[in-house]
Amino acid sequence: MKQKFLITRRHAIFAGLTSAGALLLSGCLKKLPPTYGNLLRMGDNLTYLAQRGLLSPKALAMEYSKSDISSFPATGNTNPADPAIKASYSKIYQELQKNDFKDWTLSVEGSVAKPGKYMLGDLKKLGQRTQITRHTCEEGWSAIAEWTGVPLGLVLQSAGILPDARFVSLYGYDNYAESIDLTDAFHPQTILAHTMNGGNLPIQHGAPVRLRVETQIGYKSVKYLQRIVVTDKFVDPAHDVDGGWSWYTGI
Amino acid sequence: MENLRHKRWVKGAHFIITFSFLALTVSGFEILMVHPRLYWGKSGNDLTPALFELPISRNYHHGGWEKSVPFFHTAGSPVSAARTYDIFNENGWGRSTHFLAGWFLVLTGLVYLLAGVFSGHFRNNLVPRAKEFRLKLFWQDFVNHFRKQMPAAGKGPRYGLLQKCTYLAVIFFLLPLIILTGMTMSPAITASYPFLLKMFFGEESARTIHFFAAGALLLFLLVHIVMVSRSGFKQNILAITFGK
Repeated sequence: MKQKFLITRRHAIFAGLTSAGALLLSGCLKKLPPTYGNLLRMGDNLTYLAQRGLLSPKALAMEYSKSDISSFPATGNTNPADPAIKASYSKIYQELQKNDFKDWTLSVEGSVAKPGKYMLGDLKKLGQRTQITRHTCEEGWSAIAEWTGVPLGLVLQSAGILPDARFVSLYGYDNYAESIDLTDAFHPQTILAHTMNGGNLPIQHGAPVRLRVETQIGYKSVKYLQRIVVTDKFVDPAHDVDGGWSWYTGI
Repeated sequence: MENLRHKRWVKGAHFIITFSFLALTVSGFEILMVHPRLYWGKSGNDLTPALFELPISRNYHHGGWEKSVPFFHTAGSPVSAARTYDIFNENGWGRSTHFLAGWFLVLTGLVYLLAGVFSGHFRNNLVPRAKEFRLKLFWQDFVNHFRKQMPAAGKGPRYGLLQKCTYLAVIFFLLPLIILTGMTMSPAITASYPFLLKMFFGEESARTIHFFAAGALLLFLLVHIVMVSRSGFKQNILAITFGK
């Protein structure tokens, strides 16, 4: 006799895969970056979900010893004060640099109770962390350096991050920007670094202050920080996703 | 003698893994083209010595670096330098294709391993029998592979001695090695599992091992195709596709 409502294993697997696919396809999970129907971006989201689900959110990236510090290529934008490089030029940055960044401030905005501007001295008062970590570039190379900076989590707490906050966008003076989720924003090694290998952060590496996200690939670590915006919705300020790059780069 | 045929899950896994391996090879080669230098150790880049370089893109031996600046006032201090050169870089699709295909390989591989253990596939068809472990038999099987007329293949898993050993090496050594060294290059995975960095002597060593494992797997693919052809291409393809 024919059983009409029998759920076979094949049906179950097929239904499961279809619904998982539909979730990824529509990007209907508010916390996920959009895929624009692109198969590769669905794969990126799968990696993001899996790493968030399977990995420990507070686990520290490997910290090295002083003797492991290596030479360090400066790639991407290396001088926003240079008017000859139009894509990354900033007149304000040029002025700040002339005065040795004494007038530099970091603006913290968005879903925070106390939006405002922080001088470097204000930031340092919040607490500091020194770490010798590896910068892993998507190109395939890596470099080890010692960084000192202020944990981003302390800055967000001091600004009174609101309960609806989900993402943190960081904008640089070089017209570059990235966003990260709160797991990475509150990771103990995610710092706003002002010191590299014991000296002031060089221009090439993002002076006066750059982001370090040690649990992701190098391009998430925005240089020449200008502004931090906390949002409740997903924002992709550097257009990683529609530019054909993965927004999440834990791998 | 019973006529063994390939099981359905073996055929399915074989095809999914074949296609993901091909996608991983193409995207992996593209990623290598972006930085065709390999190193040994915890880190490595254009400003540190390479183990070797591969002439596979315009990024090979490029010298476009500004004057380097030392970090410390000591002799032999590590340096910083900026690029004066636009490199070839298609890693946007390269990396995402690699990881998407990686998911297919890892998930299918896990199902295959579980099914292989619980169905007795590994025990019955892949692990050589105790009486097969004789030098003479190994030599005989080896010589057979070079005969003008290779013994014809059956319709399923009645594998030869060297064939069994090779498949075991691919399934239990090369594929796990390439997956684990791949994960060792991930900053997030190694934060939770730092033993990976110790096991493979650092992130850049893992990358180099990943490269050699890929080479070994490509060599296997080549030999596999030659052997499939020589022992009856049509019969073998029908057997692994339809089980006929």
